[in-house]
Amino acid sequence: MELKNKITLEHGSGSREARELISNLLLPGFKNRYLAPLADAASFKSPGDRLAFTTDSFVVSPLFFPGGDIGKLAVCGTVNDLAVAGARPIYLSCSFIIEENLDLSVFKQIVHSIGQWAKKAGVLIVTGDTKVVEAGNADKLYINTAGIGTVPDGLAFSPERVRTGDAVIISGTIAEHGLAVLAAREELDISPQLKSDCAPLNGLTEAMLKSGADIKMMRDPTRGGLAAVLNELAEGRNWGIELLESRLPVHARVKAALEILGLDPLSLASEGKLCAIVGEKDAERLVGVMKREPAGKRARIIGRVVREPRSMVILETEAGGRRIVDWPRGAPIPRIC
Amino acid sequence: MMKFISEFRDPARARALAGEIKKLAGGRWFNLMEICGTHTVSIFRSGLKSLLPPTIRLLSGPGCPVCVTPQRTIDSIIARARKPSTIIATFGDMLNVPGTTSSLREEKARGADIRLIYSPLECLTVARANPEKQVVFLAIGFETTIPSAAATLLSAGRSGLSNFFLVPAGRLIPPAMEFLLAGEETRIDGFLCPGHVSVIIGTEPYREIAERFGIPCVIAGFEALDILAAIRELLLMIDEGKAGVRNLYPRAVREEGNPRARKIMAEVFEVADAEWRGLGTIPRSGFILRPEFVGYDIDLVQPVEIPPAEENPLCICGQILRGTAEPDDCPAFRTACAPSHPLGPCMVSSEGTCAAWYQYGGDSVISNR
Amino acid sequence: MCLAVPMKIIAVEGEKARVSLGGLAQEIDVRFLSNPRPGEYVIVHAGFAIERLDPGEAEKTLALFREMELLDKANG
Repeated sequence: MELKNKITLEHGSGSREARELISNLLLPGFKNRYLAPLADAASFKSPGDRLAFTTDSFVVSPLFFPGGDIGKLAVCGTVNDLAVAGARPIYLSCSFIIEENLDLSVFKQIVHSIGQWAKKAGVLIVTGDTKVVEAGNADKLYINTAGIGTVPDGLAFSPERVRTGDAVIISGTIAEHGLAVLAAREELDISPQLKSDCAPLNGLTEAMLKSGADIKMMRDPTRGGLAAVLNELAEGRNWGIELLESRLPVHARVKAALEILGLDPLSLASEGKLCAIVGEKDAERLVGVMKREPAGKRARIIGRVVREPRSMVILETEAGGRRIVDWPRGAPIPRIC
Repeated sequence: MMKFISEFRDPARARALAGEIKKLAGGRWFNLMEICGTHTVSIFRSGLKSLLPPTIRLLSGPGCPVCVTPQRTIDSIIARARKPSTIIATFGDMLNVPGTTSSLREEKARGADIRLIYSPLECLTVARANPEKQVVFLAIGFETTIPSAAATLLSAGRSGLSNFFLVPAGRLIPPAMEFLLAGEETRIDGFLCPGHVSVIIGTEPYREIAERFGIPCVIAGFEALDILAAIRELLLMIDEGKAGVRNLYPRAVREEGNPRARKIMAEVFEVADAEWRGLGTIPRSGFILRPEFVGYDIDLVQPVEIPPAEENPLCICGQILRGTAEPDDCPAFRTACAPSHPLGPCMVSSEGTCAAWYQYGGDSVISNR
Repeated sequence: MCLAVPMKIIAVEGEKARVSLGGLAQEIDVRFLSNPRPGEYVIVHAGFAIERLDPGEAEKTLALFREMELLDKANG
């Protein structure tokens, strides 16, 4: 049987085409014994006493960008949500909503990417779904992934545990994914030079947990960047967060692009970085542990939890001034003003 | 370390300049206006207000995308964006500027073909790739940017492109300065003049204004040290009783400006009266196309019908921009006018005075530890 | 609407030049400059060089700031 070169409504319907798509493309792409039976549900023994469960949908445009694609993003995004919750990611589900007439070759590439990155992250895709909608009812391709992971006994990540004096650590250079996708979407001249940092973090978090450092909690600064994640954390609390602009790790090329386009690194997404709040006395040691991991090579302390001003995020700027770090107002856009 | 950027952000030097400013100010009140939105953003991003004594008020002037574009212009470009035969090309700054009922961002979300560009030259690439569509460039900007719009138009002509058009929406800075100083009792003690506008126009256009109104003007760059040094210079000039223009951005601004850029700008555009949002019409403050280029003006070639736009009578942005009123003086502040439903540019622009007051309950200053 | 950045010219070809900042390269239009040369720094706004940056003037300005810093330190 021959696969046509575009996705059609048939592929999503319970038809022979749909079955062929699954057997010939998805199954070999995700290869594992839980998926192989192609049953309505995957069945397995519980991997642990405490589980973590998360889901995310991915609607990125364009589908391919320097440093990754929507498939890689769909795997890493969910793996990372589990990882920053302190969990070891084990199983993923993967559901597609495809706009009819998407090139089959595009879909194949993305499926391949998902399989590749699931393997690299050490997770299995055990169940999924494929739907095809009429042209105009979706923007090419949407992916949803849900993930299950195991949480070690005694793990107590919670904003309630955060105290004045705690250190704020970032695992590496920021703003790369947001900038890469923006540049690719607007087809900027400089786009090929700006790569997304999309990557799985579970290897890094495993090492961080093993270190025994007093980690209060972790977050990955995705949409809205550090500004969103830290404002979310600080809101309504009786403490605040102070960041040091001179300590923020930003890749030289990214820094240059931010200057040219007038963008703020704090409100741009990272998809391969995490932010951790750790007890003061363990901060340096934890940074040391992180730097020994491939995903944490440029880890550093970028700020601390302060008593005042509470409920907000303050930045000590490069020039030595102080300003509030606002919640990001909509998606970042290049400016000339 | 970015050359010619990082050195001008040195914190020790910033502190030294701030100390000088504090000494010079001696507790007295000053209203200094920075006209260009880029200065407003730079001041905010570098947290400069926290380094300055509270008695130095930095007023945000009308030099931002929101202020220079009449509601009507936004409404008309939105009407064009809704046509399937039209591609709108715009700088990102214009995306969120509200028209009467919508914005370009909302239209983009609804499926209008709106391209964000970094350089006007990208319009030509879009035009070549879409020969069956009209590409309309919203040509906003001051004297910094309008030469680039002119150059783009000339390049379009050279390549024989027939589907590139623009909406001339450029504005001039010196007439706006004059406008703010004239009329009712103004409380502007000095101007921070926009460094990159000055790169093009030089120092001369400010001289006449400075002399006529007896006001000090300092041409300033955009890094923290540039702005602090300019503020210090203004205080010195005020104390010396010196009206006039001083160039504190000599690494970029020449006395004579950039004649080549001005020549290209003048080849394509001429000056005419223009409307500024919140201020009304300012004489000879806008750029229109010269007669030989009017074929590129989409509003002349293909007018669109739009319902009349009306500015809200409650809005006192004009006074706020002149420093003669504060947000709390405005009857609409926090009631009819708020960030989610702004009436005028002072609230629309996220760096506008009213938006900042609304957000932070007063001037957004974090005092030093 | 004055966002512009100093960038170094790597190569010039007619009206265009390749410029760089922090390892990021960009192609810009240099028709507003007379005889731009590789090695020079230019102020780039919206894809155009609007002027050369004068390193001599930059250094003079920085020297002034350095002086002020030293004075400030001396005065405590």
